[in-house]
Amino acid sequence: MVATMPDVQPLVDEFCTKLNRRQVEGSLDTAKLALVLLRQVISAQRIPPNASAAVLIDAIKAVGVRMIAANLIELAVGNIVRRVLHIIREEDASLAITVVPGVNVAVDSDDEDNSDIREQSSSHAVAAANRNVLRAPSLHNLLESNPNPVKADVTVASTGDSADTKSRSGDKNSRSWKLKHNVIESINIMLDELQDYHSQVAEQALEHIHQNEVILTLGRSRTLLHFLLGAKKKRSFQVVVAEGSPRYQGHKLAKELTAENLSTTLITDSAVFAMISRVNMVIVGAHAVMANGGVLAPVGLHMVALAAKRHAVPFVVLTGLHKLCPLYPHNPFTLLNDMKSPSEILDFGELSGCLNGVTGGPESHVFNPTFDYIPPELVSLFITDTGGHNPSYVYRLVAEFYSPEDIVL
Amino acid sequence: MCTRRQDERFYPAGPEEPEGQAVLLADSFAQQFRPITDERPKVLLPLVNVPMIDYTLEWLASAGVEEVFVFCCAHAKQVTSYLEREWTSQSNFTVTPIESRDCVSAGDALRVIDQRGVVRGDFILISGDTVSNMSLKEVLKEHQERRRKDKLAVMTMVYRRCKPHPLIHQSRLGNEELLLVTDPSTKQLLHYDSLKEAGGRESTKQQTLARQVVLERSLLSHRPAVQLCSDVQDCHIDICSPEVLLLFTDNFDYQHLRRDFVKGLLSDEILGNKIHTYEIVGDYAARIDNLRAYDVVSKDIIHRWTYPMVPDIRFASPETGIKIGRSNIYKEDGVVLAPSTIIGPSTVVGSGTSISDKSIVKNSVIGRGCTIGSNVVIEGSHIWNNVTIGDNVQIRHAVVCDGVNLKAGAILEPGVVLSFKVVIGENFTVPAYSKISLVLQRHEEDSSDEELEYAEAASGVAGSPPSPLYDRMSGSQADDGDEAPESPRWDPLEVGVGGAGCKWSTGQDDEWRHSVAPIPAERVREIVAREEEAELEDAARDMITSSRNDNVAEQLDDDEEADEEDDSLFFDKEVEAFFRRAVTGESSVENVVLEVNSLKLADDRSFSDCAGAMFRALLNLAAQEPQTTSGELLQNTRQIVVQWGSLLRRFLKHQDDEMEVLLVFEEICTEDNKEYAPIFASVLQELYDKDVISEEAIIAWASEKQHADESDKIFVKQCEKFIQWLQEASEEEEEDEDEAAYPEYGSVASATRCVAKSMDALISSDRTDLSLPVQIAQMRDILQLCSHLSTYEE
Repeated sequence: MVATMPDVQPLVDEFCTKLNRRQVEGSLDTAKLALVLLRQVISAQRIPPNASAAVLIDAIKAVGVRMIAANLIELAVGNIVRRVLHIIREEDASLAITVVPGVNVAVDSDDEDNSDIREQSSSHAVAAANRNVLRAPSLHNLLESNPNPVKADVTVASTGDSADTKSRSGDKNSRSWKLKHNVIESINIMLDELQDYHSQVAEQALEHIHQNEVILTLGRSRTLLHFLLGAKKKRSFQVVVAEGSPRYQGHKLAKELTAENLSTTLITDSAVFAMISRVNMVIVGAHAVMANGGVLAPVGLHMVALAAKRHAVPFVVLTGLHKLCPLYPHNPFTLLNDMKSPSEILDFGELSGCLNGVTGGPESHVFNPTFDYIPPELVSLFITDTGGHNPSYVYRLVAEFYSPEDIVL
Repeated sequence: MCTRRQDERFYPAGPEEPEGQAVLLADSFAQQFRPITDERPKVLLPLVNVPMIDYTLEWLASAGVEEVFVFCCAHAKQVTSYLEREWTSQSNFTVTPIESRDCVSAGDALRVIDQRGVVRGDFILISGDTVSNMSLKEVLKEHQERRRKDKLAVMTMVYRRCKPHPLIHQSRLGNEELLLVTDPSTKQLLHYDSLKEAGGRESTKQQTLARQVVLERSLLSHRPAVQLCSDVQDCHIDICSPEVLLLFTDNFDYQHLRRDFVKGLLSDEILGNKIHTYEIVGDYAARIDNLRAYDVVSKDIIHRWTYPMVPDIRFASPETGIKIGRSNIYKEDGVVLAPSTIIGPSTVVGSGTSISDKSIVKNSVIGRGCTIGSNVVIEGSHIWNNVTIGDNVQIRHAVVCDGVNLKAGAILEPGVVLSFKVVIGENFTVPAYSKISLVLQRHEEDSSDEELEYAEAASGVAGSPPSPLYDRMSGSQADDGDEAPESPRWDPLEVGVGGAGCKWSTGQDDEWRHSVAPIPAERVREIVAREEEAELEDAARDMITSSRNDNVAEQLDDDEEADEEDDSLFFDKEVEAFFRRAVTGESSVENVVLEVNSLKLADDRSFSDCAGAMFRALLNLAAQEPQTTSGELLQNTRQIVVQWGSLLRRFLKHQDDEMEVLLVFEEICTEDNKEYAPIFASVLQELYDKDVISEEAIIAWASEKQHADESDKIFVKQCEKFIQWLQEASEEEEEDEDEAAYPEYGSVASATRCVAKSMDALISSDRTDLSLPVQIAQMRDILQLCSHLSTYEE
């Protein structure tokens, strides 16, 4: 339906197949690859002079829907697609402002097409300014520094009737090029953010982990490893690792921590409740954070969260903004779990006599879900690359990084 | 295209990589799925609503294979058009169909592929009905490393462990047990035996017999160990080197991949080609070669053992978007369910299907576009696409193909297979295990070898007939089947009134073995009973063998006892014959000695054997003389001993030989010539008197017998007095001798010397043939001497 460029199509196909075959896994890697691919899509997309952002948005949506369908459970793909869409809308809006006289910087840059650096900085300044503008009006917005109320008015108006904006700017051939350029620059910044995500999170470790504390975790996540190692630079503390059946990633984490000279204790998942009373804090990684502050995390963590709640131990979730999903878990179209092969739990053939019901009798089933859903009330704090947030604040983050019209693609 | 080039940069080895190729046989060259396969190739049959070949191709694609040659034979047109439609748009993955019309076996197919010359390096050989999620990386690496070292390692077979119970084998894939013999260190396959083939399908008896496997001894030579596994399942995934194709071309009679090729390779020692094995752990792999396997693999897919080859991940198309619910219920978009419908666990429902009130569906797969009435019960069945099911129909463990119409009240009993577009009349019950198709069965086929697969499918006969038939039938249905000239064609006894289809007879009474239905309870009991029986038999056999192994000496005895008896009898006879000739004067005594000696050498005998035989001959001769009383016999014996004692003495080189004579004498008295029994003591005395037997031998014999059973002691007791006398005499003699020999040292010193001497003799004697009792006897002598010593000191 969208005449997407022939050059990118095979790449999209390949990425979708890889997603489908589960050859790309892990939120961060998937997010990076998806972002790089979308950047290619944008750069390859030819934008007719008089239909600017809408074409780009359609193209991204078309690719995005396919990528999301390829692996429903990898929510990071959808998040990245939506954020890119949001960036396009933002840049479109900020360009619209530059047309309006009154913003000096923007006008200056408009004249000097060649001076890239200046233009970049200017457009980003505008984009950053507009970030506030695009948000729905709220108390928070009012309290934040609001530099230019006039500008805000203008842009709100411009986004409101975008058709009008387009008609005004349509004749400018350079505008679509600039839009593309700006979007790609923003995507590059986002890529850098993803690149630095681990170190950004790890930097905050010292604020949360104190001397001689006991930290409990389950399974393994790279973010968590970086976080603990970040705290280890100045603090000495103990880590209790629950092994995280059936994938037993905890074993790997325990080895890695021990190799880094951290005092580590490995326990079974079933021993978590017995151990929790001696623990100062539970820190875990997550697969995704839903718009209500609920968390999709490796299986077994709901139990840990309940145990932590019972003993009033803080339950801290490390997450990146790429894991922030604008969907609500009660959405029937959100697939929340991935049922993997039972062979991780049980050798094939162990139950074969029972599984097929030799005599046609009732069968025994083996289920191997990948994730747990942890409701927001069990989470004490999210530590993201932009700082710590409460579960109740997540919807604000969603509003900041996503446009409401993109939530349903 | 630029992207192609880019890809090649990313994967630099690209098409040169030898592992990038696979040969997929889209024809199983078997008839297990008839009559369905008469109309549609097996690889296109839906497995959980996806054509089987998709599972295989998808797996190959995700395992990194870049080029697949699909060999089509039966219904080649259908397969190729399907492949062109679905599998040509993939990047990095090319599917090339190879058509051939006159192939009847896998062997023919591989010969055709060899002629085409498309295979460049190592390739994966599988059939189009394989479902797997294993990673090929490791097995390919292993294979190639082995190839680098040894050019003769032409093939690697993949197998999987499973429980070694025949019932489970049966219930799993409908196969019999398989026996693999491998070398555990090199993983080389040494022997491949399917117990099913050996046992055949015929009778219980034969199957129990089939549990025995004969291995050649050569398998064990040069190898520290071999491993026998009967708990394995052949996955029918082979990594082959190009030589395999050459081998098939060279041996034009190879047909079956396992029966001919593998066995041929294993038995062929001239070329020395080797097959290796690879065991997969954790991953899934199975081949669907019969309806039971079809049912079982479907369930494995629904239970997600094949992850990610599951309905909601790999085969979810955006149009039909499939969702998994609790307890493995998969529903595609656009399913219409009445509120009172009950969907049980492990069920898949395709899009566009509607199910009316109060129907129950459990453990089943329902295709797309089906219309299911109310109060229907569907259990453990496979309903394909566009099936119409009337009210109150009951379907249990059946396969219902596309376009079938089941009118209200029809009942399908377990194991029923309804081929395409069959119509079952109202309230008709299809008996268990019947197979019904619109295509008439060609009876001449039955006599043919099972290698002939889809009948004349290749000649195009099968493809065409059903449609006109069906058109006519559907026409008659439109008239509500009242008169319809065609209706007599269908027997109402087979498909009910208004039905369409004819029943296929399979002529086999073991339908249950390969059917989709669970094994009937009585069969289960039968199998279990047979198994237990076989186990008992095994146990009995074990006991025998273990008792054999109890004692090394006895083991030899067991094996050679018979031989030995024969031999010794023969030896005795020979010796006696020589002796007789001496008696009759035909040959001189010297000659007899010579002859017996040479016989001794030839038969590897000892002097004691000769002495025993000779003594036996002597006594036989004596017994032959006319006699009435034991006194006369004694007289005769005395004469013989006097006459021939010297001859006997030639063979008495040692005390043991003399003892052997005594033992033989005992034997004769108890077994052969009971007449001697009363005069044993007298004869013994005679022998002693004539210096044939020394007193030492007699004493040793007596002391040896001291610990024997009472029954053995009869003769010792008989000669008790004599022995006692001998002992006393010898003691006196010793004393005399000692004192005589060493008068200057006194009696004590001489006695000590004597003790030392005999101890030395005992220790230094390297006569290993000295039996323990003899040694004990000698020890006792020494002790006796010691006690003498003590008395002297007093």
